[in-house]
Amino acid sequence: MGRLDRRRFLQLSGGVAAVIASGRAPAYAQQTTLHWVRWSDFVPASDTLLKGKITEECQKALGIKLQLETINANDIQARVTSAIQSGNGPDIIFALNNWPQLYSTSLADVSDVAEEIGHEQGGYYPISKQVATVGNKWIGVPWAIGGGLVAYRKSWFDEIGYHTFPDTWEKLQDAGKKLKAKGTPIGQALSHSFGDPPGFWYPWLWSWGGKEVDADGKTVALNSKATLESVERAVPFWNEACDPGGLAWDDSSNNRAFLAGTICCTNNGASIYIEAKRKPDTYQTEKGTPMYKDIRHAPLPKGPGGQYNLPGPFTDMVMQYSKNQKAAKTFLKWVHTKPVFEEWFTSQQGYTDGATRYWEKDKVWSADPVLTPFKNLPRQGRLTGYAGPPGRAAAEVQTKYIIIDMYAKAVQGMKAQDAVNWATGELKSIYSV
Amino acid sequence: MSLLSAASSRAYVVRRPRGPIGRMLEDERWLGLALLAPTIILLGLFVAYPFVKGIELAVTNTTVGQPGHFVGLQNFVALWHDDIFRMAVWNTCLYTVVATTTKLALGLWLALLLNRSFRGKAFMRAFILLPFIIPTVLSTFAWKWMFDPTFSVINYVLLHLHLITVADRINWLGEPVLAMVSVIIVNVWRGVPFFAISLLAGLQTISPELHEAAAIDGARAWARFRHVTWPLLLPVTMVIMLFSVIQTFADFQLVYVLTGGGPANTTQLFATYAYQIGIGTGLLSQGAAISLAIFPILLLVVIVQLVYIRRVETV
Repeated sequence: MGRLDRRRFLQLSGGVAAVIASGRAPAYAQQTTLHWVRWSDFVPASDTLLKGKITEECQKALGIKLQLETINANDIQARVTSAIQSGNGPDIIFALNNWPQLYSTSLADVSDVAEEIGHEQGGYYPISKQVATVGNKWIGVPWAIGGGLVAYRKSWFDEIGYHTFPDTWEKLQDAGKKLKAKGTPIGQALSHSFGDPPGFWYPWLWSWGGKEVDADGKTVALNSKATLESVERAVPFWNEACDPGGLAWDDSSNNRAFLAGTICCTNNGASIYIEAKRKPDTYQTEKGTPMYKDIRHAPLPKGPGGQYNLPGPFTDMVMQYSKNQKAAKTFLKWVHTKPVFEEWFTSQQGYTDGATRYWEKDKVWSADPVLTPFKNLPRQGRLTGYAGPPGRAAAEVQTKYIIIDMYAKAVQGMKAQDAVNWATGELKSIYSV
Repeated sequence: MSLLSAASSRAYVVRRPRGPIGRMLEDERWLGLALLAPTIILLGLFVAYPFVKGIELAVTNTTVGQPGHFVGLQNFVALWHDDIFRMAVWNTCLYTVVATTTKLALGLWLALLLNRSFRGKAFMRAFILLPFIIPTVLSTFAWKWMFDPTFSVINYVLLHLHLITVADRINWLGEPVLAMVSVIIVNVWRGVPFFAISLLAGLQTISPELHEAAAIDGARAWARFRHVTWPLLLPVTMVIMLFSVIQTFADFQLVYVLTGGGPANTTQLFATYAYQIGIGTGLLSQGAAISLAIFPILLLVVIVQLVYIRRVETV
């Protein structure tokens, strides 16, 4: 430890006395630090950008020190609950799907910021607005929209006679059966994970005409002929065409399986293609060519009830307990300005859509035609809780994985009607509160 | 004159405490209370308070961010009708019974082996503790990779030994029975060292003379184990079983990391289901009710075991 001489002692004690007398901390200590919790992005370059360049720019532009923490998406809800109950924690938390509806009473009103961004950028997509509002109050600022398309190996589908991706479930089952016989089944999660399982099984339910509740958002309508048919059809589809390992997958399992060449297709964001393109020497086809050149994207097939997808709106929630609400709003307003957000949006390369229509015109969509289909996801999407709103009850059904487990129980041998009855009972107890 | 004799020649002087606290602590009742205070405070903060808070939550309809009001036993009634909860109760009992008895059998076997003399005995005893030392989450992630549906190293080995084909790869974590078997395997792997080392300590307290006497009387190995070793080891075994049952019954991290309670809740335990409902979904009162439902079952188990231990010790 260095020696403290008399001169230095006087300097330090004088400084402390000045701080006490003025009642203010020196300028450098007054700086606001914003703690922002986000998921670990499936496009790692975007996290690098946020933690590096954008954090530095934020410091220069706003004088706010950004402390960005990235965690596994499946752990975010636990973090939100503990933060709200202890009244302490991150200032901003990034939420997926309709999670903000579960925490609406503990979130700050950000209507001013959200309305301004929406107004300047061509308006929000309805799905972004639905999950981020309660009545007319904005409980979060929409960040972007994620969503899935089926990533598939073009050459493998060509080999079995499908030169375009199957557009009906019957055709996909047929293709999957043939490819499973060759050791490369359809890879689809049917498990407890936040993104891929609901991203496939809710559209499956809707495409057969099934729905959770009526339009009043209260009357449970799951136990229908359409739902029963969807469950009955799911069993042979799973057994004949899918990788049974999907019952234990998380959201990253299908990425790994696809890149390892063990599955022929999977419903996913663009991250598989982006990763394959980033490392063409690592991910190659059996012929030794870069795998990304053999990957295409297609929408989920249609059924008798139509063709759907489940987009995943991302929302930044400013926490009501936060003492930095003003700084948090200032930051969100700044980060959503076109030049700043564009840096992040470009780094995503098409993995996400903007929350507002402005980003449909971005140059990212013309950079790579394989990713262009992702541009239209927000317009074609439907949210959980259909035909009611994606409110609190719908969020509870989703986080309890009721719809997913209805199909999982059936493929494990439960009678289709019993599985539907079980799920209906669970929904009734949730919607009756 | 030596130092010892110098010291002993001094008169022993009793110093009376000067301050009021010092004088108060002269009284054994106050001293006892003062010595107990840190333990009482710690137990109060980390055991009693959460327990009381849990009861308070369980009889309200509190959700995350919303205080809620008293609803009596409504949450418990709802649990009674909850299929997933009933499945979690069955899973937890099965998991605890199978894992604990397997750990006891393997731990005892290992302890008997380690009680013998062989080269490298000290190293082996330290090495055996490895699964117990590694943080559970870390080791469970390694197991998760070994059981991975696509990249399982176990399947890889079986495949290359031509014992299975690509088409019938073992779906360790995706098939209900196998998923339960998998979580039990990991629990046993992790828990056996605790049993082995604790039982080994118990074995070393048994005098070799008893074995020698039995051997002279013509008792063979099995008879010596049954009539000498086992009765003397029983009190230690019961205490170890008590700890293990409590820990296994309330297990969380292992199942959370390995299966997340899946597939379709078939490995859901009390703790993982309470976490999913209370923390994941934000239904705090229902989560608390699930956690609290463990209490009467565990209490019963603990009472039975403690009564048994007392009986064994007094015989």
